[in-house]
Formats: sequence, structure tokens, C-alpha cells
Amino acid sequence: MSSQLLEVNGISVTFDGFRAINNLSFNIGSAELRAIIGPNGAGKTTFMDIVTGKTKPDEGKVLWGEMSKNLIGMNEAKIAQEGIGRKFQKPTVFEDQSVEDNLLMALKNNRKSFAVLFWKPTDADMNRVSDLAAEIGLSNELKRKSGELSHGQKQWLEIGMLLAQEPRLLLVDEPAAGMTPEEREHTTDILVEAAKTRAVVVVEHDMEFVRRLNCKVTVLHEGSVLAEGSLDHVTANQQVIDVYLGR
Amino acid sequence: MRNTFIGRNPSILIFLAVLAVFTIAITFMSEAFGAGVISTSFVKTLGKTLCLALVAVAMDLIWGYAGILSLGHFAFFGLGGYMIGMWLMYERTKEIVAGSMAGNPIPPTEQEIVDGIGTQIFGVVGSSEFPIIWMFADSLFLQLALVVLVPGLLALVFGWLAFRSRVTGVYLSILTQAMTLALSLYLFQNDSGLRGNNGLSGLQNLPGVTASQDFVSIWFFWASALALAVGYIFAAWIVSGKFGSVIRGIRDNEARVRFLGYSVEGYKLFLFTVTAMIAGIAGALYYPQAGIINPAEIAPIASIYLAVWVAIGGRGRLYGAVIGAVFVSLVSTFFTGGQAPDINLGFYTIQWVDWWTILLGLSFVFVTLFAPKGIGGLFDLIADRRHPDRHGADLGPDKGSLQEREATE
Amino acid sequence: MLKRLVVVVLALVCLGTQIVAQDTQNGDTETGTDLGPMQQVLQANAEIIVESSRRTIQPAIDAVANSGLEAAPFVLGTWQDRDMWQRVSDGLFFKVEKSGSDYELTDFDTGEVLARVTKDDIEQIKPNSGIRGLIATALVTFQLNDPDPAKRREALDSLERNANADLLGPLRDSIETEDNPTIRARKERLEKLITITYGDDPEARIAAIEAMAGDLGVDVRAALNPLVATRTRAFDGEVPESVNVAKILRPGTDDLSREDAYALTDGEPLLTDDALRGVLQANIVDGQVGGIPVAELSDPARRIAAFEALEAAGTVPAAATEADVDAAIATKVFASVYAEPNPDITAAANRALGRIETKVGLNQVLDLGLDALSLASIYFLAAIGLAITFGVMGVINMAHGEFIMMGAYTGYVVQQIIPNHTTSIIVAIPLAFAVTFAAGVAMERLVIRWLYNRPLETLLATFGISIALQQLAKNIFGTQARPLTSPDWLGGAWVLNDVVSISTVRIAIFVLALIFLAVFLFIMKRTRLGLETRAVTQNPGMAGAMGINPGRVNMLTFGLGSGIAGIAGVAIGLYAQVTSEIGQAYIVQSFMTVVVGGVGNIWGTLLGAGLIGSLHKGIEWFNPSNTLAAQTYMIIFIIIFIQFRPRGIIALKGRAAGD
Repeated sequence: MSSQLLEVNGISVTFDGFRAINNLSFNIGSAELRAIIGPNGAGKTTFMDIVTGKTKPDEGKVLWGEMSKNLIGMNEAKIAQEGIGRKFQKPTVFEDQSVEDNLLMALKNNRKSFAVLFWKPTDADMNRVSDLAAEIGLSNELKRKSGELSHGQKQWLEIGMLLAQEPRLLLVDEPAAGMTPEEREHTTDILVEAAKTRAVVVVEHDMEFVRRLNCKVTVLHEGSVLAEGSLDHVTANQQVIDVYLGR
Repeated sequence: MRNTFIGRNPSILIFLAVLAVFTIAITFMSEAFGAGVISTSFVKTLGKTLCLALVAVAMDLIWGYAGILSLGHFAFFGLGGYMIGMWLMYERTKEIVAGSMAGNPIPPTEQEIVDGIGTQIFGVVGSSEFPIIWMFADSLFLQLALVVLVPGLLALVFGWLAFRSRVTGVYLSILTQAMTLALSLYLFQNDSGLRGNNGLSGLQNLPGVTASQDFVSIWFFWASALALAVGYIFAAWIVSGKFGSVIRGIRDNEARVRFLGYSVEGYKLFLFTVTAMIAGIAGALYYPQAGIINPAEIAPIASIYLAVWVAIGGRGRLYGAVIGAVFVSLVSTFFTGGQAPDINLGFYTIQWVDWWTILLGLSFVFVTLFAPKGIGGLFDLIADRRHPDRHGADLGPDKGSLQEREATE
Repeated sequence: MLKRLVVVVLALVCLGTQIVAQDTQNGDTETGTDLGPMQQVLQANAEIIVESSRRTIQPAIDAVANSGLEAAPFVLGTWQDRDMWQRVSDGLFFKVEKSGSDYELTDFDTGEVLARVTKDDIEQIKPNSGIRGLIATALVTFQLNDPDPAKRREALDSLERNANADLLGPLRDSIETEDNPTIRARKERLEKLITITYGDDPEARIAAIEAMAGDLGVDVRAALNPLVATRTRAFDGEVPESVNVAKILRPGTDDLSREDAYALTDGEPLLTDDALRGVLQANIVDGQVGGIPVAELSDPARRIAAFEALEAAGTVPAAATEADVDAAIATKVFASVYAEPNPDITAAANRALGRIETKVGLNQVLDLGLDALSLASIYFLAAIGLAITFGVMGVINMAHGEFIMMGAYTGYVVQQIIPNHTTSIIVAIPLAFAVTFAAGVAMERLVIRWLYNRPLETLLATFGISIALQQLAKNIFGTQARPLTSPDWLGGAWVLNDVVSISTVRIAIFVLALIFLAVFLFIMKRTRLGLETRAVTQNPGMAGAMGINPGRVNMLTFGLGSGIAGIAGVAIGLYAQVTSEIGQAYIVQSFMTVVVGGVGNIWGTLLGAGLIGSLHKGIEWFNPSNTLAAQTYMIIFIIIFIQFRPRGIIALKGRAAGD
């Protein structure tokens, strides 16, 4: 299991008596694309909250990387520095700042406040930014305020920021929501490309989008894994049809 | 282009030029160095106003840029004033005591002089002993260091506690207000060691300086202008680079910055402490010009006024803070100084001394409602600088982040 | 009953015959036998009465007091009041009252006015204060046995004020015959107290001390404390057996400083810094003292050198050196000594005081608890309006304190118009609600509704309103405090004992706080408005879609919260002075109460108020003189508390809590 990147082991979390995650276990390799689907309240977002340190589980382990480091108890910033990037459901970029500043802020660099205070972008940094901009199709928008971008462009910018972090694991929450078909296609391309060098986990409702990703699918239900396999495999599963697709 | 700091911020040059012209003009109009058109007391008022502008810059850094509405920065300002005031009062009293004892048939011992100073300073609170916090009062250098260190340390400890537990938004504002209240109540006590509600007085007299107040006032005016210039450049430098990007990011979406791997708490703490130090320096320049400092200066309402200035000037831009502080404090001086003519309505005479505060309060409501960008917003109209549509969102953490869940629960 | 009647009739008959007898004998020379019985007693002692000497008077007083005559207290009272005069012509004693330019003579035996004379005919008996004290003692016996209970109480009152050993006997005697149980209990208690201080039988005193050991009265402690009072004395060698030693003291410890110990010996005076300077100053010769130039005398070591030079030259008397001090102290034994010589009594008193101390401590805790409860209910009152606007609606209203102020001023204005305090309070409460409700609604409509979901700006805008309202109040009512007087039935206090008491206003505020809690719960849980408020707070869009008008609900809820602040203002005004800053004094604590308790939960607010109230009082207890410090430490505590429970005592959990 040397390619194992993230191992989630038997985690549970309860909110006021409501079991959002119930003894969930989940593994992903170091260069793998994975889609997570499931009905509302299945615990998809809570799962991401736990992995990124936003929520502390009541029990269970989240082991990371070759050293099997336990992520539980680390804060969000530390986990992000470990190499886990997260994209929110709603596009969240810094609208008051230019696309370039957004990307520069996300670039993998020393995050300590003093280092940041005296930091100056090198040529390599600027090249990296323009490469990223090209990758997400925002080369012409670098100097614009990101608040002026369209919804789809903001989504890409956010993905671009994630890539700038150079994470080893990307958690992406409903990247295709509110996008035009062309934009979706572009998004798929970006994600598939990214998954060649790192692990990418995509939470998505849209079956068409998931199909296009063409990857292993995990179905969550009531906080635990209901089924896992190719999309065709899980959609044929009677339980999945009952709780999710059939509705 | 990208790498030249001034090049990216042409407004700094404009600001510095205006400040320089202003300083030179006042100097030539003062009683000490020029025509004497401006009275010494007005020079002091202007010098004090520059100090207020400096603390407003600090406030803008922490509030306008990082979105932390601190209601404690005037407390740091006051602490700075107290720290320099201790030295001024000690040395000044020492001169007086030594002067009066020089007439004695037997020259006084060191201890007798110190006892005499103690009786002079603490007589009003029924004591003559020097409290331990005065142990460095005879050293200008150490007290100057304390001007920065005491507010900085208080900000560091308080900030560490507050940010660590992820108190944000209005909760943090209330907590800082509580801190300010606690500090001012503490200083109001007679046994706080800082003369209770009498405060420290006679600070306008520089020990060992025989020049008249005409000159002293202009020296302080210059020092205030210099401090403002340096503070402004420093603040502009902080916010212009990546650090500025990060703190504005914290203001707009704290959680996102956190998931980018930045330690939000560390950044906040750093900025909170640095701005507290700037506030302390501003206070240390302000109170020798005011001549007196007492705990009422530190009361929470003062910090609220500070927020008012920054809001009226336009937060999130440094010159806005300066304009707000200068404009509001000068207009306040005008109205409360009794210079504004009363308005006789026939049945009632409006006396501005009484009604100015009401006008200020209401205009503040007005600015918040109708001109959230403040006076600085006018410059946007001129420069046609457009902001992205923020969809009415607050400049500051959004509603979700106010109710940030404590992760350990 | 019958017996008494007989006595009265007999007395009357007696009186009648005497009047007749006196009438017939008026003008006669004195024979002694014709005089009334009291006059006879007086005449028998006439010499010492006229002499009026403290040393010799006692037999005369005893003779009157023990005569068994009904007129005895009358005579003693008259004598004490300096109204007893002697007729020059025949030496008889009368009570004399000035009437116009003449003087009326009243006979002691009959109580009738016998004659009107001029001043030349009579001479006043002038007892000095010592004699009057003796007379008073004799009188007490009569007063303590007076048939009128009110008189007996009066006598006890005066006994409590000036007790002395002589009164103990009469007091003890009067207990036996006392039939009023309350007065009897008082007499018994007083008897013990006087015995403790003045009794001559050690056994009885110890018994009395032990009997009073559980009593919380201040007077008991006042009686016991002098028994254990000590003073420090120095003895040569061993402390004599006759002395009741509390503690042997070692000089140079906390109990006794070296200087104080030395002062108790009779050595040469210590040389203080001031004395040294004075001596040197007096001996300046040609700019030198003892050969040392004056300029060098700013150095303490040089000063001593100069003094030693003077001493050596014999110019000044020697002063005690440190070695002298040590030697003098070494020869003596120092001890703190009880003024009371009997060790058994001091031991008993110490024991009793210890027991009282414990009991007082417990009662103080109880009193503190009551105080804390009362303070908590004030904080709760101030905060409950905020619990609605801030806790439920999430609107941060910094002008909330000014609503409290408006309520208080409404109460004041009403009281100016309606002088009857009870009526004015009854009118003021709904009126204050109406005024602040209207103000709240106006503020919500004009300002706050534009700022929903922008809490920081709401905070600032309401600050502006707060500043303006405060100044407006100053302009209207001035800066001095305005009194809001509570009706008489709220003016008293509920006193449990000498330690525990609580004023009625505080009880009323506590009751009001409970009522508010009930009202709050009722409105939020049982009414349509409460339901709609909760709906609008949780999801305004959804509530709107279900036909609730969010604007109207917000307006009403905000008005309700403000109105409650107004009523709280009336209550707080009764307890504190009404100034334009009354709101400022409570606003930070109110927010703390809500935040500490947990936003959005009324029980949390209740707990928060309880916590802050008891904390405040608790801190004050350690340093009772300093309310300011208590507030400082309380706020520091809250800041630390928030570290551990950032979301308050009762925190909403999980995803419902936000984000």
C-alpha cells in the first residue's frame, strides 16, 4: 500500500444527537481521481470538514501520507500546509483583489507572517502564475479584480488557487454547479489533468459530470459508505438505487 | 514596476507631499518660527491632530484591512501616553523638588529627593511610596521602550487569548471594549499606581528644557508629522505586499485563507500587536502636547470615536483614516471649543457645545447607512476607481465566520 | 385584683387624711411628725442632700429608694432633673416649677401644688453629674419594674447605652418579676452582656460568655472584644505570674518590630533620618558640620560621620546606636498582655469570639449570596432586552443602554408629574415600555433594517445613536443625577440578623427579573409572535415565503426588546441614580452576560447573569473597598472564561450553530 495517500479509518461525528458521519472508512491513492456521490445529508461536506480540520470527529483516525501522520488535532492551516487543498461549494475567491494577487497568495511559499511580510515575487513565481492562468483560461484576466469575473471563471480561479498550493490531495465540492456545458467540459479537463499528478476527490450531484470524470465512485449514505466502484457498478447496485437514484 | 513599492502606491507620494507642505506652512505661521498667525495652542491642537491621524492609520490597518473592529486601540494610545507621562512627570517633579531642597542648609540625599518626588506625585492619592511600575521612571530610554512594549505586550496577551479561541466579528469588538473598560476602571483606582482619576499632569513641560512653549509646541508638531509620515509609509508597506493580500483575505473570508494554509490567528495577532505599538507611539506624542492624561481618556467611548473617524474618513484606505481623523477632530475642536456661533431659533438657542455630539452621532449613522466608503469615497468618484460589486456584503468577516464554530467542541 | 383595689383605696384614704392634716398644720413650725412620709425621709437626710457631695450622698439616695414609698421615683426623677428645691424658711424639700415670675411648690407626698413663692424664698439643690448618675442607677430599679411596658423598654434602651456595674443588681432583680416574655428575653440578654463586662464573679462571667457564644449581635462582639484587647509590654526578666499573657513577642518579627520594641524600653532616643538632619542643621559651623563640608552631606554615610564627630566632641547628646538597641532589647521580655487579668475569662472570650466568627462567616456567605443574587437579577434585567435583540435577532444594539436610560428618565418625569410614589411607579412602568418600544421601533425602521447581516456596521450605527441619545439626555436633564424615589413600601429592608439583610428594592428587582423571565419564555414559546420571530431569525426567506412579514416581525421583536429595556430602566433607576450615563454603566456587562451565557438562549443569559453577579460580589468580598477592581478582575475573568467556552455556558451545537 505504498501508494496510499489518505486513509480515513472508522470516523464518527455527532451533532446534537444527529450522527452526521457513522464509522466511515475511506482510502485514496496518491494519484487518483475519485468522485463521491450521495443524497443530501449523507455526510459529504462533513467528511471534507473532518479531513481539512474544520470539524473534529468524535472517534476514528485520519492518516496522511507515507508516514501515516494523524491529521486529527491539527488546525486547518497546518493541514493545508501538509498538502490538502479544498474547494468550497460556493466559489470563494478574494473578490477585492486581482486574479494575480489571488494566485500569488495561493502559491506554495513560506506561510509564516514575517516571511510573507518581506516576500517579493521572483521571476519563477511570476512564470508559475502565468502558467496557472493559462491552465485555467484566465491569462487575459490577470489584472482584473476577481470580483468582476463570471461565476464559472471564479470557480476556475479557485481551482487554480488550489493548484498553486501544489497540494497532494485536492478536495473539490460541487465544482460544476451553476456552470454552462462548455464550462463544465473545461472543468472536467482541469480536474482530470490535475489528477495525473495528485489525488483528487470530487463531490458532485450531477451524474453526467461524474460520468465524464470516468473514475472510481464512492456512494455515501447516512454517514457511511454504501457502495464503491465504477459508476456503472454502483448505479447497478439496488441499495444505491433505493436511497439515491430512485428518488 | 511591480517591485517598486512607491511605484505601486503613488498615493504615498501625494500624501507625503501634502504633509510636508502642511508642516512647513504651519512652521512659518507659528509664533516660534514665523509670522505668529497661528497661536501656540492651535499649533498644539494641530500636532495632537496629527497624532490622532497616526492612531487612525493603525485603526485602519486593523479594522479597514484586517476587518477586526478593535475597540481597544485608544487604550493602547493612552497606555503609550501614560508611559511617557511617567518619565515626564518624574523628571519634572524631580527638578522642582531638587530646586526647593537646594535652599535647605543641608543638601538633600538621593533618598530624600526620591521621597520628596513621591510625596509630590502621590500626595493626591494619599501615598508617598513609588509603586513598582514606576521603577524605570527615571530613565527616558526605558520609558520610551515601554511606550512600545507595554501596549504591544497587552495586545499580544489579549490578542493571543482572543484569536486563539476564534472570537471574531462583533464578539471580538465587545471583548476588546471590555478590555478597554477593564483597563480604564483599573486606572481609575487610586492604588493603581498611576494617580487614579487625577491622572498624570504637567506633561507639557519638558524636563531640562528652558525654551518657551512656543518652541516646544512646534518641536512636538514636527515630531508628530514625522511619526505620521513614517507610520503611514510603514502601514502602506505592510498592506501593499502579499501580507496585505493575506490580511484583506482574512477580512473578506477568513476560512478560505485558513484553507490556503495561512495561520489566520498568527497574522491577526501580528497585526493587532503592531498596530497597538503604533497607537502607543501616537499616544506618547499626543499627551505631552495635551499636558494631561487621565483614565477618562481611555474609556471605551474614546475607542469608539476612533472607529467613527476611520469610518467617516473611509476605511480600507490609509489616507481615508487620516482625512477622517483630521477632519472630525478639527471640526469637533471648532464646535466644542465654543468658536461656532450659536443658532438662535427664537424659541431655543442651539449651543454647539451641547449639540455637536448629537450631530456627530447622527452623522455617523448617516455615513454608515448612506456613505459606507466615507469621505475617501469621494476620491473614487474623481479617480473613477471602481470596486467590484460586493453584493452588499460587509467589509469584514461574513456572517458565517462570525459564528465560527469552535473546533474542539 | 381585689388586693390591688384595696391598696388603691387605702392610698386614697391616706392621701385624703394627709391633705387635711397638712391644711390644718400649714404655717406651723416643723415638728417632723406632721410631715408626709417622704418629706420625713428627706428631712432625715437633709444635711447630706444639701451638701451634694458625690462621696457622701449614697445613704440619702438609698433612703429614698428603699423607703418603699410610691413617691420615691417621683422624688428621684425630680432630684435628677435638678427640679428639687429647699424652702429657706422651714428647710422642706419641694418640686419647683417656674410659673410666670413666681415659683410653684409641689409637695412630694401629695403631688399637689402647695404654694407660690418668689425666688428668694427657695434654694435649688444642684446635684453634680456624679450624683445624677447615682440617682439614675437608683431610678433604673423603678423603671425596670414600671407597670408600663413602654417605660420598661425605654429603661432597657438607656441601659444598653450606658451600662455599668451598679445596674446589674437592679436588672437581675427585675427579671424575676418580669411577665412580658419579649422584655424578659431582652432583660436576660442584657443581664448577660453586662455580666460579661462588669460582673465581679468570674464563674458568672464565664457562664455568661459561654451563653452568648452563638449570638450574632454586634453588641455581643462589642462586649467581648474589650476582654481580649491586648497591649504590648516589656518586662525585666520573667513575666510575672499575675499578668495574663496573650503571647510572648520576639522583637524583629512581624508581631513586633525592633523599633517598636526599643520604644518600650527606656533607652536613649533612636536617631531617625529627620532628627539627624535637624541636629546637623543646628550645628553648621563655617559651612562645616563636625569638620565635614556641608556640600558632602548629600551622602548618608557622610551625615553619620558628621554626627559621630559631633557626638565625639560632645556637642550633641549621644544617640542610640544599633548595638544599643540590640542590647536594650535583649534585656527585656516582650509580651502582649490582656487588660483582663483572669486567664479563664480571656480564654472563654476567645472561644466565644471564635465561635461567633465562624457563625458570622457563614452568615456573611449567606448575605453575599443574597447580594450576588440581587446583582445578578439587575444584570439579568439589563440584559434580558438584549437577549431578545442580540440573542434572538442577532442585532447588536449598542444603544440598548440608552433605552435603559430612557426608561429611567421616563420614571423620573412621571414622578415629577404624579407626586404619589406608588401611583407614579405604576404609571411609569407601562409608559416606559411604551416610550422605549416606540424608540426601538423607530430605530429598527430607520436604521437597523438596512443593516441586517452587517453586524459591524450595525454596531457602529447604533453607537452613533447611543452617543446622540446620551448627549440629548444631558441637554434636557443636565449632568447631575436625578433621583427616582421608590415608594415607602419599597424603602425598607428585610433584616434576618445583624449580618444578613437585603433592601426591599432589591427583592422587588429580583421578583421583576423572575416576571420578565416568565414573560420572555411565554412570548417566545407560546405566542404567535415568538414563533414568527424564531422563524424569521432562522430563515427570513423561508418565513417570508410562508406568509410571515419579516419586516413586521423584526420591528415588533426589536420594539419588545427595547420596551423591556425601558422597564428595566425604571427598576434600575430605583436602585441607582438616574444619569445620562446609567446605560453606559450596564451595556458592557449586559453584553458580557449574554455572551457568557450563550447567545440565543435565555437560560444561558440567566446563568450568565448569575455567574457575573456572584463573581462580582465574590471578588468584592476579597477586597470590599474596591468596586472598580472587582469590575476589572471580573472582565479579565470573562476574557479567560471565553477561552474555555467560546460560545457561552449554553452553546448551540453542531451545524445549527451557524456557517
